[in-house]
Amino acid sequence: MPEPVILLVEDNPDDEALTLRALKKNNIRNEVVVARDGREALDYLFGEGMYESRDVRVKPQVILLDLKLPKLDGFEVLRAMRGNEHTRLLPVVILTSSNEERDRINGYGLGANSYIRKPVEFGEFIEAVKQLGLYWLILNQNAPAAA
Amino acid sequence: MRLPNQKLARNVTLINLLVSAAALSLACAAFVGYDQISFRRGMVNELSVRAQIIASNSVSALLFNDAASARSTLSALRASPDVIWAGICTVQGKSFALYERMRTDRIPELPAIPPGHMESHVFSSGDIVLARAIAFRGRLLGIVYVESDLSVLAQRRKEYAGIALAVLLASMVAALLVSWLFAKSVADPIVGLAALARDVTQNKDYSVRAVPTGRNDEVALLIGAFNEMLEQIEQRDRALREAHHELERRVDERTAQLTHANKELESFSYSVSHDLRAPLRSIDGFSQALLEDYDAQIDASGKDYLRRIRASAQRMGMLIDDLLNLARVSRATIQKEKVDATALAESIVVDLRRAQPGRDVDFRIEKGMEAWADPGLLRIVLDNLLNNAWKFTSKRDHGSIEFGFRRENGGPACYFVRDNGAGFDPKYADRLFGAFQRLHAMTDFAGTGIGLATVQRIVSRHGGSVWAESAVGQGAVFYFTL
Repeated sequence: MPEPVILLVEDNPDDEALTLRALKKNNIRNEVVVARDGREALDYLFGEGMYESRDVRVKPQVILLDLKLPKLDGFEVLRAMRGNEHTRLLPVVILTSSNEERDRINGYGLGANSYIRKPVEFGEFIEAVKQLGLYWLILNQNAPAAA
Repeated sequence: MRLPNQKLARNVTLINLLVSAAALSLACAAFVGYDQISFRRGMVNELSVRAQIIASNSVSALLFNDAASARSTLSALRASPDVIWAGICTVQGKSFALYERMRTDRIPELPAIPPGHMESHVFSSGDIVLARAIAFRGRLLGIVYVESDLSVLAQRRKEYAGIALAVLLASMVAALLVSWLFAKSVADPIVGLAALARDVTQNKDYSVRAVPTGRNDEVALLIGAFNEMLEQIEQRDRALREAHHELERRVDERTAQLTHANKELESFSYSVSHDLRAPLRSIDGFSQALLEDYDAQIDASGKDYLRRIRASAQRMGMLIDDLLNLARVSRATIQKEKVDATALAESIVVDLRRAQPGRDVDFRIEKGMEAWADPGLLRIVLDNLLNNAWKFTSKRDHGSIEFGFRRENGGPACYFVRDNGAGFDPKYADRLFGAFQRLHAMTDFAGTGIGLATVQRIVSRHGGSVWAESAVGQGAVFYFTL
């Protein structure tokens, strides 16, 4: 059985590189699928557009979702996911620069499982990614695929 | 509801009737009284003349003791229907001759003639009796008595009473007419005015007007003044309403502008929060990557530069966070409630001790302090002040920090945070609360210089004030009220 996939929804290439580096630093070897905007993320999840031929039964173990995204923003992606029966139970971790109250309220309101603010200090970021990987890839038990 | 003007007209009518009735009654009574008196006087005179005629005609009969002649003289009285009885008596008092209109054998009460007088009379209930001396050449021969019926007098009284009544009734009718005319010309306009005044008070409708009477009297003056007053009230009312609308319009406009400005500020803060931090993460992250991945290729000085880059990036991140907090504090709505300030301070101290467990600092927090404040914002205030105290005592071997409360002369509750830290030069005390103002070198004490500006903004939004006392090396005291 292949290692579970992590879906990283991130438009900033620097942040993408740093996140991948932080995963690597924490020896998290799972495949990381990167979607550069909200549309692409939904295409991956629903098997549409460039992911038309993808087997949508393979679901990511966790989705790391940025909020500010081109085309569809993080909230719209979350809303679409929660409205679709195949993706409504997937764990979503919002990973963002913002610590605005309303973002947190909106995020949890739309059904996010976690909300993490990206720290400026890279050391802290590595630590955050480590905790995140430990929890969502190892400790946490996802809902059964048939559900 | 009873109309006050109806009362007015009724009162005026009543007074009119009473006054005219009283005046007429008095006048009639006086007139009838006077008439009765003069009529009686006339009767007495008439009777006296008859008695004198009888007396002079009876002299010879008395002198010659001729009673038959005397009787014949008396019987001439038959021509006067009011004389009912007459008699002549001698000087000795003996009856000499009698006359009766109808035979009754009745002797009326006879008046005595006072000495020195020739005549006297007496009134009884229904008649008058007059006595006249009969004298001849100074010698008294006898007395003639004549009795007259007073029914004429009574008849006359009755007639007069009838006339008086008729006059009274006629004058009552006249008084009623006058009252009606008065009501029409004076009471009606006043009543109309009163009704209008009542309507105006009840309905607050100042556009109505009283109808002018077209005359030139006090009532017209009253109506004119009333209308003038209404006109002025209406004008003021209109002006007031216009001013009110104008004010509302302006408030709406300003509110819209403010809301717009607030929205812009919010979206600005939001952008800052999202977009300004992302490059900082890249700077810090890739500097760290350089240090880790190219360790061998970079010399000590290069590594120092990279560390400085990282420190700056991190500091900039802190500055952005603090600025966002300051902006958030400025626009947050304040919801005051009773806050346990002691518990709040104690929880902050726990966090401080946990962050730097090795330090020897003695905290004294007064028990049972309560504050009326927004709990979230008060936490930011105490967090900043206690953090500062913690920071500025870091160079002391033994730190001492106190959070207490005092109230002087019934003034507002004044809280204070006292430390034995580095203190500051009081010359610069007023600069302490400006954003980005720092009184210490970065190398001595880290910080963004925004904390106290945030404290001041929160305190002033609570309607309080904040100030500090210190001397270099003597520690500092920060006071604040809410």
